[in-house]
Amino acid sequence: MKKITFKLNGELRSVYVEPEEILLDVLREKLGVKSPKCGCDRGDCGACAVLLNGRSVRSCLVLAIETDGQEIITVEGISKDGLSKVQNTMLDKNAFQCGFCAPGMIISTTELIEKNPHPNLEEIKEALSGNLCRCTGYLPILESVQEATEEGHHE
Amino acid sequence: MNDLKYVGKPSVRIDGKEKISGATKYTDDLEFGPNLHFAAIVESTEAHAKIINIDTIEAENFPGVVGVFTGKDFPFKFGLYMKDRFIFAMDTVHYVGQQIAAVVARDIKTAKRAAKLVKIKYETIHAIFDQMEALKDDALLIHPDLGEYEHVPWFFPQANTNIAHWRKTRRGDITKGFEDADYILEDTYTVPRYAHCPLETHAAVGLCDLSDRLTIWASSQSPHTQRNLFAESLAPLGFTHKDVRVIAPPIGGGFGGKAGVSMEILAAAIATKVKGNPVKIIWSREQEFYNTSQRLGVIAKLKIGVKNDGTFTAINHRLYWDTGASAEYGANVVNAVGLSAIGPYRFHNISIDSVCLYTNLPPCGAYRGFGYSEFMFGLESHINRIAEHLNIDAVEIRKINAIKENDILAYGVEMNPNGLLECIDKVAKEIEWGKEEKSDDPNIKIGKGFSLIWKAPAMPPNASSAAFLKFSEDGSINILVSGMDMGQGYLTVMAQIAAEILAVPISKIRTENPDTDRNPYEWQTVASHVTWSCGNAVRKAAIDARDQIFEIVSRTLYLPKNMLYLEDEKVKCKTKPRFELPLKEFVINGIQAEDSTFKGGPIMGHGIFMPEFTSANSDPETSQGGHPNVHYTVGAAAITLEVDKDSGEMHVKKAVEALDVGKAINPSLVKGQITGGLLQGLATVLYEDMRFDDKGKMLNPNFTDYKIPTAKDVPDEIVPIIVEVPQPDGPFGARGVGEHTMIPAAPMIANAVNDALGIRIKSMPITKEKVALANLKKEEK
Repeated sequence: MKKITFKLNGELRSVYVEPEEILLDVLREKLGVKSPKCGCDRGDCGACAVLLNGRSVRSCLVLAIETDGQEIITVEGISKDGLSKVQNTMLDKNAFQCGFCAPGMIISTTELIEKNPHPNLEEIKEALSGNLCRCTGYLPILESVQEATEEGHHE
Repeated sequence: MNDLKYVGKPSVRIDGKEKISGATKYTDDLEFGPNLHFAAIVESTEAHAKIINIDTIEAENFPGVVGVFTGKDFPFKFGLYMKDRFIFAMDTVHYVGQQIAAVVARDIKTAKRAAKLVKIKYETIHAIFDQMEALKDDALLIHPDLGEYEHVPWFFPQANTNIAHWRKTRRGDITKGFEDADYILEDTYTVPRYAHCPLETHAAVGLCDLSDRLTIWASSQSPHTQRNLFAESLAPLGFTHKDVRVIAPPIGGGFGGKAGVSMEILAAAIATKVKGNPVKIIWSREQEFYNTSQRLGVIAKLKIGVKNDGTFTAINHRLYWDTGASAEYGANVVNAVGLSAIGPYRFHNISIDSVCLYTNLPPCGAYRGFGYSEFMFGLESHINRIAEHLNIDAVEIRKINAIKENDILAYGVEMNPNGLLECIDKVAKEIEWGKEEKSDDPNIKIGKGFSLIWKAPAMPPNASSAAFLKFSEDGSINILVSGMDMGQGYLTVMAQIAAEILAVPISKIRTENPDTDRNPYEWQTVASHVTWSCGNAVRKAAIDARDQIFEIVSRTLYLPKNMLYLEDEKVKCKTKPRFELPLKEFVINGIQAEDSTFKGGPIMGHGIFMPEFTSANSDPETSQGGHPNVHYTVGAAAITLEVDKDSGEMHVKKAVEALDVGKAINPSLVKGQITGGLLQGLATVLYEDMRFDDKGKMLNPNFTDYKIPTAKDVPDEIVPIIVEVPQPDGPFGARGVGEHTMIPAAPMIANAVNDALGIRIKSMPITKEKVALANLKKEEK
């Protein structure tokens, strides 16, 4: 067991981890952060995505011990002061159905918008192509991201 | 009904914010405290074998192991429509992956490690992986005791065969029907198995406390049905229904795969052996593929007779289904198709044989579409081929034969009101049917494909829904129902129905997924029937509450009951324009009378709905004499498909789907169903492909090797079209829509590929390799 400390959703948190423990399990089981989901446990589905130093990573493929001293943001962190603009658009458009993929999808979207505030449709598809969704057929999600990031569309 | 305020509006989902903020707690997100145990399951490595010995000693002695349990601990059968499964394999295993034992520990790693130490000695038996082999007269029997299994009265298992159920439908004179035909086309179509792939795998937690109170938290489409089956199956341990409680948190997708009971019974049973401690079982993605139900595969032999003018004269449809090692749910898919395999067409001479066969592959069951996607692939392909032969347009031949209200269905009952022709015309117009499209790239050919849609809910004749509705002090409402919102938006729709009747905004209504102790009965959330069925129950509950409101206002304030109405959360009176009484002033605390006493009290509505006109009893040789289905939802769909003739690469440029939903309670959610269902359907035909080795082991149980669509695989455009010919017995005229959306996908692709390249592919999936090879073969000729 080793004690690691990282900034989680703006707050410094410390936790003891085994060297082989993955970040997803530590977030969910030891820190009570449940929005990252386990959909496949092998990096295929993207439901466990979190922002690690601003980059989206699959927390099922990251060893917790590697994140010592770093910054992690999950959807709880993104939502704690109210929904973001793109989340609000997703809400208005009923973009999600079962919602299981939503946290990962929102993480990928957040990363995209941070890097590229006005992405085109192909860029949005590319950015979200690592997040599987079985319910929606993706179109309402893509439309939400498009609408929320259109040039000239400001808060 | 012209001035509806809430029904018919594209309201935001009432659970939208919780899903988008990450607040939703699915089963695996719930906390169960430090005593939570975990079970790892020991699974069969053989497809068909006698269990000679199960050696659990090493596992039991492994440090940290709490217990190891096998079939001997629970020699109980279960099953939804036919009791043909044990909780753990008893003396025989019937498929690779079948559960044989469970190892329970305080942490999952210990449980998994110890599970590897359980040693099973098998004596292998010949395994059957092909339903046509299972059908042979001298085939080895997979269930030698089939004749003794308990089952619903509308199943006809054939003892001493592998036929778990055989639905026969006969109407008119099939011989004469074919004699009258100018042209007869006969062929075989093959559809393999498919996997549901909800993003959330199956998960269940069981807790049997020291007072023998058994609670199961499960990711489930069927909380009440699960409670019933758990209580029935575990009755020998002394449980009655009142002791068993199922709590169903929101679920991360179902698609039929979480209907009925599968792995959840393990949590219920094992909990009784580790009393006082919750025990969790969660399927890995691999197990989700091979150890939940799969969609049945089918080999369909289809023969249709037709006049030169395009009128159909007869249909003979024989379907041989691979239901796997258990038919407890799958046989009802077979049954549904046996009653409906004429498609949405007018046939007077009908012969259908829908045959459910056991094999040594994983058990199959409900999957969005419930058999209709499978038989419609052959039927809608066949109709295009007939049209081509007769030189009649593919849309025209469908219009000539399209079923109309009051036409007689295969089982002798009249067809419900429907807008099938309107759907056909709107789709044909939107896809610009008949207009040829060409690509600038000579390798790319563009084809169009058309298909009709039809499906009825497949449910027992007494499947029912119930609703409670109660007010709070501020006039807000809680609706208690037991359907499941698995993403389709059912809870929002229930709120819209109550909002409309009680004039309370949706923002003041809460509806959540159920707890069987608190929420009234619902059969299951399957069959695309809850909007219709539970919607009726909620409508009645709201009307009941409204009656109570009018009664107390009338009694205490001396206003004529029939002049009262609700508007903007207030009671108003037609004859006294200035009177208005806010609901919040009396729905809990009553109304103060002149003598300062209070009258009334908390307003609580209740409503139930059961389709009292249905009956599953009919002549087993013809299926005539009953009324098995409540109604059909119909529609039409078309695509424009680009095909690269050399690589076989396909891209859907445009998809159009029109469905007659009776009344779209929430058009935004209906459109969501169409978009999502269509892509799920397109994936089954374009690339999803379940592979098994020659020992019955699934080879691709993961998303790397079993491809489901990504954001890059969507059609350029999907146009959803809503048609509304009211269902007379539906809430505000609504009928179901969820499953129907994926049904036309496969035949549309087959027909579009044929239109583009002149090749006819008769087996699914229609992968790019298959298209490229078929085209190469054609060009070589």
